[in-house]
Amino acid sequence: MATIKLRQVEKRFGEFQAVKPMDLTIDSGEFVVFLGPSGCGKTTTLRMISGLESVSTGDIFLDDRKVTWLRPSDRDIAFVFQFFALYPHMTAQQNIAFPLQAEGESKDEIDRRVKEVVDLLQIGHLLNFRPGKLSGGDKQRVALARALVRRPAAFLMDEPLGALDADFRESMRAEIKQLHLNLNATTVYVTHDQIEAMAMSDRIVVMSNAEVQQVGTPAQVYYDPANLFVARFIGSPGMNLMASQYGNGIVRLPGANQYVVSPDWRMALGEGLDSDDVIIGFRPEAAHIKPDGNLVGEVYASELYGAYTMLHVELDGNEIVHIRSDRQTRYPIGSKVRFDLDPEMVRFFNPKTEMAIN
Amino acid sequence: MSTVIKSQTEVAKARSAQPNPRRDLSDKAIRNLFIFPTLVLLIAINVFPLIYSLYLSFTNYSAIANKQPVWIGFENFGRVLSDDRMWEFFSTTGQYVLFSVLLQLIIGFALAMLVRDKFFGSGLVTTLILVPMMLSPVVVGLFWKLMYNPTFGYVNYLLGFSNPSLAPDWLASRWAGQPTPGLALWAVIFVDVWMWTPFVMLLILSGLKAIPDYLYEAAAIDRASAWFQFWRITLPQVAPLMMIAILFRTIEAFNKSFDLVMGMTGGGPGTQTEVVAVTLYKQAFQGQWQTGRASALAYMVLIIIIAISNLYIRNLNRMKEGA
Repeated sequence: MATIKLRQVEKRFGEFQAVKPMDLTIDSGEFVVFLGPSGCGKTTTLRMISGLESVSTGDIFLDDRKVTWLRPSDRDIAFVFQFFALYPHMTAQQNIAFPLQAEGESKDEIDRRVKEVVDLLQIGHLLNFRPGKLSGGDKQRVALARALVRRPAAFLMDEPLGALDADFRESMRAEIKQLHLNLNATTVYVTHDQIEAMAMSDRIVVMSNAEVQQVGTPAQVYYDPANLFVARFIGSPGMNLMASQYGNGIVRLPGANQYVVSPDWRMALGEGLDSDDVIIGFRPEAAHIKPDGNLVGEVYASELYGAYTMLHVELDGNEIVHIRSDRQTRYPIGSKVRFDLDPEMVRFFNPKTEMAIN
Repeated sequence: MSTVIKSQTEVAKARSAQPNPRRDLSDKAIRNLFIFPTLVLLIAINVFPLIYSLYLSFTNYSAIANKQPVWIGFENFGRVLSDDRMWEFFSTTGQYVLFSVLLQLIIGFALAMLVRDKFFGSGLVTTLILVPMMLSPVVVGLFWKLMYNPTFGYVNYLLGFSNPSLAPDWLASRWAGQPTPGLALWAVIFVDVWMWTPFVMLLILSGLKAIPDYLYEAAAIDRASAWFQFWRITLPQVAPLMMIAILFRTIEAFNKSFDLVMGMTGGGPGTQTEVVAVTLYKQAFQGQWQTGRASALAYMVLIIIIAISNLYIRNLNRMKEGA
C-alpha cells in the first residue's frame, strides 16, 4: 500500500482555476475523503491523482515515486467511477477479469484471483450477467471487484455511491468501509455527502471554491471547523453562527443576550480579534434548554426528527438558532425558551478573515 | 394575450358552427383522402407487379410476344437452376459482394478512426469523404469508365503508364494486350468500394462517437494497451453498427451493383463481370425477352437476399441483447 503526496498541485482550464495549488499527504492505508459542494474541485483533484486529468503545475508522488506525468496505466492505482463505467458488452465475470487480461496474466491465475475477489464481495451469483441486467448496487459491487482484482497501490473512488438509492447507500457505505478495514488499502474517496464523509473517513479534506478549507479527522472538522465555510458546511443543520460584540469577557449576542466567555478563551479572543466584532458559533446540541438559562429566545418552528426535536429559536429579528432538544417536550410556537451554552463547544470566528480563533 | 387567444378560438368555434357542407369533412374522411391515393399508387406500382411477376415466373410469358402467358409450373426455376452459366454468375456476384463489402468495412473503419477525433478541418474532411456516395451510380459508372480508358483515362496516367499498348485495359481485362481474367471484376469492385466506403464509414463513425469516454478511462485505469482497448472495447461496441453496414451493403451489392456494372462494362468482357442483376436485366429486356424466366430468377435472388438478411439480423439481435 502506498502513500500519496500532492505538492502544490494546481489545475487550470484556460483562465478558470479548477484547483488552487494544494499540498496533501495521504498515509499508507489511510481512508481520506474529499468533501465539498459540487464544482469545488474535489473530483478534478482525484482525477489528477489517477492520471485521467493532467496537472497544470505541481507534482504528485506515489510512495515517493514521482508520477506527475505518468499515464494512469503506469501509476498502479484503481479508480471506481460514479456511474460504474462497466464494460456493457461483457459479463460481470469478464469485467472483473479485464484488468488481469490486459496485463496478460495466465488463465489459471485470472480464474484464481477473480474467484478471490468474488468470494470477498460475495457476488458469485452475478458473474454471468451483463451490467445492463444488474441493479445499481450490484453494478457498484462488480466495479469494486474490478478495482480490487489487480491489487493496486491505492484506490480512488469518485462518488461511488452517488448513483444509488438512499437506503442502499447506507449498506454499501458499510461494505466499503469493511472492505477498507480488511485490505487496509490507501483509499481516496470523493463525495458531497458529509454523512458519508463522517462515517467512513480517517481524515476529511474539506474543499470549496477550488481550495482546501480544512484537513482533519471527522471530529476535528465537526467540532473545530477552521473557518466559517466548514462550520456551515459540516453538520445538518450547520453550526449556529451569529454576529456579536465582544468586550470585557462578555459576548453580546442579538436580542440583548449575553454569554460570559470562559477564562481560557479570553486571551485567545483578545489576540484573535481586531475590533469588537466577533462571530460566535455553537452546534445545535451545544445549547441546553433550562428554565434558568442565561439566553432567551422565542420558538419560531419545531421539527420532530424522531430521536430528537430541532427547535428554531428566534433571538432577535432575523437571527435564528437551531437548538437540539429532547423528543418528548413540546414547545408551542411563539413561547419563550431559556438556554445555556456548553462552554466546551462554543467557538469563535473573526468576521473579517472568517477564520476560527483558537 | 390570453384574451386574444380566447377570442380567436371563439371565432373559430363560431365559424365551425356555421353550416358549411363542403368544409365539414370528418377526420375519418380526411384520413381516407390522404391514405387512398397512396394506397392505390402503391398497389399499382409495387404490390401488383410483385404478385404478377410471381405468377409470370410460372409461365412462359415474353413481354414482346403477342401471346397470353401459359402456365408451365416450375419449369422456369428448373431451367435457371440447371443452367451452368447461372452458377458462374452467382459466383461472380458472390465474389463481388464479398470483396467489396470486406474492403469497404476495413477502409471504412480506418477512415472512421481517422476522423473520429476533432482536428483542424476534420468536418471538411469528413464531408469531402462523403461526396462519392451522394453521386448517382450510373454517373459514377460512366465517369469511371472514362477514367479507366487505356488511351486517355486518368487511372493509367496516374499509375505512370505512358504507352497505351503496354498498359492495362482494366475494363477489358487485358494487360499489355494479354487477357488477364479478373482485372475487370476488380476494377468494378474498386469503384464500388470507392463509392460506398463513405457510407460504411459514416455508420461506423456514428458507432465510434457513441462509445462513452468513460469506458476508455476505465480501460486506461485497468492498464489496457491501446491495442487491447481496440479489440476489447472499440470493436465490440461498434460491432452492431458494422453488422448493419454489412447488411445494407450486401443487399445493395446484390441489386445496386447493376447500375455500376452496366455503366462500366455491361457485364463484359464476355461474362467476366456479369453479376446476377445484370443477367436478370439481359434475360428480361435483351435478346429473347424471357419475361417468365427472368421473373423466376428475380424471385430466387429475392429469396437469397431475404435468407442472408435474416442471418445478419439474427446475429445483430444477439449482439444487441449483449449491449
